[in-house]
Amino acid sequence: MSSQTRVDLALIAEMIEANARVLDVGCGDGDLLELLTRTKNVDGRGIELSQDGVNASVTRGLSVIQGDADADLHDYPDNAFDYVILSQTIQATRNPRDVLMQMQRIGRRVVVSLPNFGNWRIRLQLLWSGRMPRTRSLDYNWYDTPNIHLCTVKDFVMLCEEVGLRIDDAVSVIGNRAKRVGRPGTLDNLTAETAVLLMSRKS
Amino acid sequence: MSERKELQSETGTPTGADADALRVNAVSAVAHFGLESPLTLDSGAKLSPFQIAYETYGTLNADKSNVILICHALTLDQYAASRNPVTGKAGGWWETMVGPGLPIDTDKFFVICQNVLGSCMGTTGPKDIDPATGKAYGLTFPVITIADMVRAQAMLLDRLGINDIFLVIGGSMGGMQTLQWAAAYPQRVFAAIPIATTARHSAQNIAFHEVGRQAIMADPDWRDGQYLDQGTTPAKGLAVARMAAHITYLSEAALHRKFGRKLQNREKVTYGFDADFQIESYLRHQGMSFVDRFDANSYLYITRAMDYFDLAADYEGVLANAFKNTKTRFCVVSFTSDWLFPTSDNRQIVHALNAAAANVSFVEIDTDKGHDAFLLDEPEMFATLKGFIASAATKRGLNP
Repeated sequence: MSSQTRVDLALIAEMIEANARVLDVGCGDGDLLELLTRTKNVDGRGIELSQDGVNASVTRGLSVIQGDADADLHDYPDNAFDYVILSQTIQATRNPRDVLMQMQRIGRRVVVSLPNFGNWRIRLQLLWSGRMPRTRSLDYNWYDTPNIHLCTVKDFVMLCEEVGLRIDDAVSVIGNRAKRVGRPGTLDNLTAETAVLLMSRKS
Repeated sequence: MSERKELQSETGTPTGADADALRVNAVSAVAHFGLESPLTLDSGAKLSPFQIAYETYGTLNADKSNVILICHALTLDQYAASRNPVTGKAGGWWETMVGPGLPIDTDKFFVICQNVLGSCMGTTGPKDIDPATGKAYGLTFPVITIADMVRAQAMLLDRLGINDIFLVIGGSMGGMQTLQWAAAYPQRVFAAIPIATTARHSAQNIAFHEVGRQAIMADPDWRDGQYLDQGTTPAKGLAVARMAAHITYLSEAALHRKFGRKLQNREKVTYGFDADFQIESYLRHQGMSFVDRFDANSYLYITRAMDYFDLAADYEGVLANAFKNTKTRFCVVSFTSDWLFPTSDNRQIVHALNAAAANVSFVEIDTDKGHDAFLLDEPEMFATLKGFIASAATKRGLNP
């Protein structure tokens, strides 16, 4: 489900305070959890859809369960974690709004990274070719993509607004370059290939 | 030691079995609990005196922090990694899991496996003599529960001066005991691996058990449970019980792969009720060989204990409450083709642990071998458990 990139992981890791309790939803082989355990001494847990990813993670000594964001977040109690992370996964969930609601319920803070469908290349591809865009990070045909709920950064910010999440920090990623933008604006919605957002509940 | 001497071959070199015992540093022992230390059962009855037969492997470290407790399944025993004296099978029933360099590494850990209460391999059960009457207990043996088994195990560990258990592990009924351990003694259990199990025995599983029990009781040689006094053995009933149960331990795919519709030593069917098919012959063999090693009344008592198991019932019906504030690290394991304790049962345990914000891993192993997969060669299970145990050992400070 997740395709965590190196840049993505490093950026997320920067946003996490040391010794925190962390849940990584869609943790893949556990790369981010291992990074966070090693560099931030976090108490980390993971959920991963693919059995191969789960088994690989547990073999590495990580606490990971087989499950998915849509079904398995409901079990956790309120405020169970300091951070709930969803890396390159929200566009593949069945009900992104519900997933986001669950994340803010069980985590004090929420970290989401997502591919930006508002990127200018994607807009141009659709405009010029008249076909569904394919990019480095979204390299699928329309009929076999797991990404069933693509959105632009602007769409996502509006959804956060709606579910009561405040954006505390945001990073726009273009290629291997990352830029801290605080809160993504119209230009970021055009230029960012990926956005990483740190959010917390509006009290 | 005398048993080991018997195993020496004529040239004086250890036989395979003996070498095996030395390899894991196997020690057999029996602990007696006299009238001063009765076991209070869930039913309210008190069992006294009683004894527990157990095996240990490996060496206890100085601060007694390297203990692994293996809980065995319904008809298994304490011989997890050493020769079973009744069947003569060398290596034990979990020789793929327990030994030097294996996931349960006997070079690193001190492993204890106890024969459960009510069983028939040395721990007190219905075939033993009731001191009050001088006769075998039979059906006068008190009905026991999984919690009673675990309480008895805890008494043995207390006796051995072992407070903290690094890891409790078990499959099937062993998984039930593992969950019971973690719920009843959370501060004593550092890590727990319940495998192919459930927190609540299902209606279907109770039904299968009832078929087995009725088969035993329908055997005229059962004699209302008094067969030992009357010199009979309900072999046919027990064999049928085992045959029915054995089917539930396998999977349709595994049966098809192993036997299909192949005929047993014949070219065509015989138009009779002989064992025409290989699967029939196999089941009959499973049934008959079981009778030689297991007591029929023990089968009644232990299946009953499993039927009564409903961990949530003791915690206002909410399974998560059984694990409230637990610090234990869990790794739940299930198998794709296990229809006796299916993944959905195991996942319920995971959901409850998540709801308790417990530290839990959950792996489902892809195999066609059914419920019995936990006893078989499953490399992916070994790899994941090795990873989990190694990481827990580091957290416990057991890796220098």
